[in-house]
Amino acid sequence: MFTAFLIKYAEIGVKGKNRYLFEDALVQQIKYALKRCEGEFKVHKTQGRIYVDALTDFDFDETVDNLKTVFGISGICPVVYVEDEGFEKLCDTVVKYIADVYPEKNKTFKVMARRARKNYPLDSMEINREMGGAILDAYPEMHVDVHNPDIVLNIEIREKIYIYSEIIPGPGGMPIGTAGKAMLLLSGGIDSPVAGYMIAKRGVKIDAVYFHAPPYTSERAKQKVVDLAKLVSRYTGPIYLHVINFTDIQLYIYEKCPHEELTIIMRRLMMKIAEHIAKETECLGLITGESIGQVASQTMHSLAATNEVCTMPVYRPLIGFDKQEIVEVAEKINTYETSILPYEDCCTIFVAKHPVTKPNLNMIKKHEKNLEEKIDELVKTALETDELIIVQCDK
Amino acid sequence: MEVYLDNSATTKCFKDVAELMSEIMCEDYGNPSSMHNKGMQAETRIRTAKEIIAKNLKVNEKEILFTSGGTESDNIALIGSAMANYRAGRHLITTKIEHPAILQTMKYLEEQGFEVTYLPVDKNGQIRLADLEKAITDETILVSIMHTNNEIGALQPIEEAGSLIKRINPNIIFHVDAVQGFGKFRIYPKRMHIDLLSVSGHKIHGPKGVGFLYINEKIKIKPIIFGGGQQKGMRSGTENVPGVAGLAKAIEMIYADLDTDVEKLYRLKEHFIQGVKQIPDVKINGLTGRDSAPHIVSVSIRGIRSEVMLHALEEKGIYVSAGSACASNKPQTSETLKAIGVEKDLLDSTIRFSFSDFTTVEEIDYTLQALQEIVPMLRKYVRH
Repeated sequence: MFTAFLIKYAEIGVKGKNRYLFEDALVQQIKYALKRCEGEFKVHKTQGRIYVDALTDFDFDETVDNLKTVFGISGICPVVYVEDEGFEKLCDTVVKYIADVYPEKNKTFKVMARRARKNYPLDSMEINREMGGAILDAYPEMHVDVHNPDIVLNIEIREKIYIYSEIIPGPGGMPIGTAGKAMLLLSGGIDSPVAGYMIAKRGVKIDAVYFHAPPYTSERAKQKVVDLAKLVSRYTGPIYLHVINFTDIQLYIYEKCPHEELTIIMRRLMMKIAEHIAKETECLGLITGESIGQVASQTMHSLAATNEVCTMPVYRPLIGFDKQEIVEVAEKINTYETSILPYEDCCTIFVAKHPVTKPNLNMIKKHEKNLEEKIDELVKTALETDELIIVQCDK
Repeated sequence: MEVYLDNSATTKCFKDVAELMSEIMCEDYGNPSSMHNKGMQAETRIRTAKEIIAKNLKVNEKEILFTSGGTESDNIALIGSAMANYRAGRHLITTKIEHPAILQTMKYLEEQGFEVTYLPVDKNGQIRLADLEKAITDETILVSIMHTNNEIGALQPIEEAGSLIKRINPNIIFHVDAVQGFGKFRIYPKRMHIDLLSVSGHKIHGPKGVGFLYINEKIKIKPIIFGGGQQKGMRSGTENVPGVAGLAKAIEMIYADLDTDVEKLYRLKEHFIQGVKQIPDVKINGLTGRDSAPHIVSVSIRGIRSEVMLHALEEKGIYVSAGSACASNKPQTSETLKAIGVEKDLLDSTIRFSFSDFTTVEEIDYTLQALQEIVPMLRKYVRH
């Protein structure tokens, strides 16, 4: 019965003279998401609103699910278009609409008419009143409440007449591509995909880097990261995933540095490598899934030690989140189940029984001197053997 | 060099088997239940397969039930006989080192009100007949014992257990899971007092998704899959004609040179074990001679986690499994290894090598050489 969607967007409405850039980006992203859906659609801007018109038959649930992945959308309103065949006919249609959409009639409502076409015989107030009367006649158990109704029945008189009343919440945020690009450090865990999602939600395009350590981490672990990137790319669009072979660097650190500091030194090198790739690929920042105090390498002292190697901003959207809050988002974006598959990632292989929780930066730097002989060469090799996988979600 | 030493997980299909199946899929594709000639051709394929299998087991053709593989055979055997005989008693016996297809089904039956005794095993992974004798009560209706253990290759005293059970109470049903042992040993159900025998196709160079259950025609058993009444109502669903024919072909080929092939496997195993013993601080689990399976060697390598070892060997083209990969890819500590008393430190450092007819001495030597190189290298880097 629905033939179109009215797309509501909140924040981009207030962007002043740049507004059209945001709207165009949103239209672009909606078109991209709809490519995954059965049927053909026309996405257009009309009088400061974005509409998605279905040109063919389509699957309602599938279409809504995909629209829900487009950042920038605050609400999705399924719309019924009808030809103007006189007010009486319109009232019949609306009565039937209520029958279809609200099987439970014991509700309050109000009619909210907008008359964009000024030659329509009734004005907005008249439409509200007359149609409200027609609905009450048809469904005596319904009541009018103009202040706090259960149902707001929108009637827009344009070339055609639009009827809508439901608002399905969208993901919010800003359209991808309106804020630059950042490099996500993606492990196989629960946190990093969520971190990528959160930053992408602000309109940021995402690339990712994964540190692979064969034979300590398996091909399945790598496949898991590709799968996670794919799930995140439903929201972010295509992700360029850089796979860096980290084994030799890790073993070298193991040989040369105190084992309690292994994780910190390893993470410092990961950040360095990620930043190097980020700069080469025109990213404006790094993204990690760190949250204060979650593990030894994420205490404030450890974060300070890790952060020290970067000049780029490091975005840590989960920094104040509890694990359970992160899990909730992971479940919402459907990455949780994949994240908990039990393959070892490179951070846990050599983890010491008692890693330092308050690393001393001077000590770390002193111990890193032990690496001077070969580390530049190893990093260079790792960067040269960067395997690039372009990940995007399938239709 | 690619060396596939994970034959207890699955085996490479014989070329002749694959060709036969392809021919049946493209030519004799009829439904064996169809009344026309095309259907009859398919039915003939099934009848031929049954004849081949029955002949090699020295049983009646009517006693062969085709299934989707080892797990389904085990499920029908346990659930089907429990449901048909619960009036005679509600006690079942099995061992602690069975495959999950048995253990999980037993767990299900426990939930249904049956009582299950799990027999312990000695350090070689074998049950003691005295324990079995003690476990049998007036309520016992079924005993299920695996022929060959999938993780360490331990063999169970099947024939002795069979005659013990039948001596105490001939009505007790004796089920044997022979998924790992079939094709390595001549198993004759009648002589060994076996009432139910589970076999899988893909462990013996046949296709995946097919297996059979031998059912002694004298026992009572109920179906667990219902529908169109195929296979005399014991397992509804259109028969997997190419699979069934492929399975029979594989069995025929295996039995053609069984004794020489098994002798060859034992020699390979001895050769491999000799080589492995040269590496310091490794332990071979279970028995290693002619009193063990010819194709399975379980090795614990101190200080190296099995997952790392597996991937390091993989880098050299050698495929093995960690613990028992046959069950799933979940890293979990093995019940079998725990049951035979492998020390805690070694549980997570155990690798299973399993051979087949295709395995060569050159491949074994290559693997031994790889182990000699990898083990000291990996031992340098250990988790603290």
